[in-house]
Amino acid sequence: MSDFKALAEAVTKGDIKTAVAETQKALDSGSNVQDILDNGLIATMDEVGERFSKGLIFVPQMLRSARTMQECMKLLQPLFQESDVTSKGKVLIGTVKGDLHDIGKNLVSMMMEGAGFTITDLGVDVAPEKFVQKVQEVEPDIVGMSALLSTTMPSMPLTIEALQKAEIRDKVKIMIGGAPVTEKYAQEIKADSYASDAGSAVTKAKELLGIRG
Amino acid sequence: MIIVAEKINTSRRSIAEAVEKRDAGFIVKVARDQADAGANYIDVNAGTFLDREVDCLCWLVETVQSEVDLPLCLDSPNPTALAEAIKLHKGEPMLNSISLEEDRFEALLPVVTSHPCHVVALCMAQTSMPTTVEERVHVASELINRLTGEGIPLEKIYVDPLVQPVSVDVRMGIATLEAISHVMKGFPGVNTICGLSNVSFGLPQRRLINRNFLALCMAYGLSAAILDPTDNPLMATLFSVEMLLGRDEYCENFIEAYENGRIVG
Repeated sequence: MSDFKALAEAVTKGDIKTAVAETQKALDSGSNVQDILDNGLIATMDEVGERFSKGLIFVPQMLRSARTMQECMKLLQPLFQESDVTSKGKVLIGTVKGDLHDIGKNLVSMMMEGAGFTITDLGVDVAPEKFVQKVQEVEPDIVGMSALLSTTMPSMPLTIEALQKAEIRDKVKIMIGGAPVTEKYAQEIKADSYASDAGSAVTKAKELLGIRG
Repeated sequence: MIIVAEKINTSRRSIAEAVEKRDAGFIVKVARDQADAGANYIDVNAGTFLDREVDCLCWLVETVQSEVDLPLCLDSPNPTALAEAIKLHKGEPMLNSISLEEDRFEALLPVVTSHPCHVVALCMAQTSMPTTVEERVHVASELINRLTGEGIPLEKIYVDPLVQPVSVDVRMGIATLEAISHVMKGFPGVNTICGLSNVSFGLPQRRLINRNFLALCMAYGLSAAILDPTDNPLMATLFSVEMLLGRDEYCENFIEAYENGRIVG
């Protein structure tokens, strides 16, 4: 395993220029692409997410790190053969029907991506049928649903019901979140997990899939 | 400044507990403290009760108005809850809110046109949330035109320009401020209103950010705000900015607030 200290530092700070240069340097010196991804980028973003959950850093800093990682990924992506990509898992995410709020959902997407998950983002106002159709198509490990309004929260159990009817409920783990959503509500509607912020969404997703670290 | 007092919201644990136990004494005290602190409307929101929201909201209306002589701001994205609560309300309430989202607009319009009331027009478009100034002003204009077209007087409409966090996009603060200014100039007589706390999501020292945002909103023309009037540092900002903007004759309100010990930094 190579030493990615300078890269890690640049991603932590959100210094895109340095991070991209360090990624290029690592590639030029013959580092393994998967190694750069796992031990340079993902490990750093894990730490960023953790620091965010603990309140040590704030949303703009987390966003900046995530954007920096995305820029580095642009160098790595062409080098991956489709089959080589070792994803932590596939996540399908969306804001539920009737709800147009996307800020929280986007933060979760970015951090999940940073943690090495493959994200399919369905956007906002996603109907239960759409979730069903996309679950069949993408075959995700996790379905993430977001709602910011008490009036749109009931779209969550309706979506779960639709997945049940389509007999694919047991093929996925369901995570929910959003300002009015609570752990208790997650239990009531039989979702598998609730996350209170983007950092803990990553931790919870790993727990659900039995991924350590 | 028209002050809509925000504390009776079941997303706050103490309020949720009081509503659950039907503790009228607690709710009345929170309402009275806010009324004494200068509220023009007392906001009531029972959204977290989901399928019991209608009952809880109706109970809040009757409980608060039995003891406090102020109109309420009936606060819910759920048109049914607003339609039921308004039937029990004495005087002219403020409804928070209508938006361009088609189902919400269609469901609330008959409520708004059949009762004398003030209405918050939230700048949500039918299929997306506006981000730029232009998008906000466009949604605001359409809402204002449709509502006045139904006979609702301009001065009873309170445009909420939709406050979004600067932590996610630093342009969000100024987009809201400029939208306030455009709407106030484009429709003389209309009101603008907003909550303050969304702007500081994801940042430390949120109360400080919210106070400064209030001052800026007022400078751009905001005529009403949803806030906690018992928050003295926030109210000190409000009193001093009103004075600095030339809206406090002989600085009377500021001095009175000072004499009451409310001007604290």
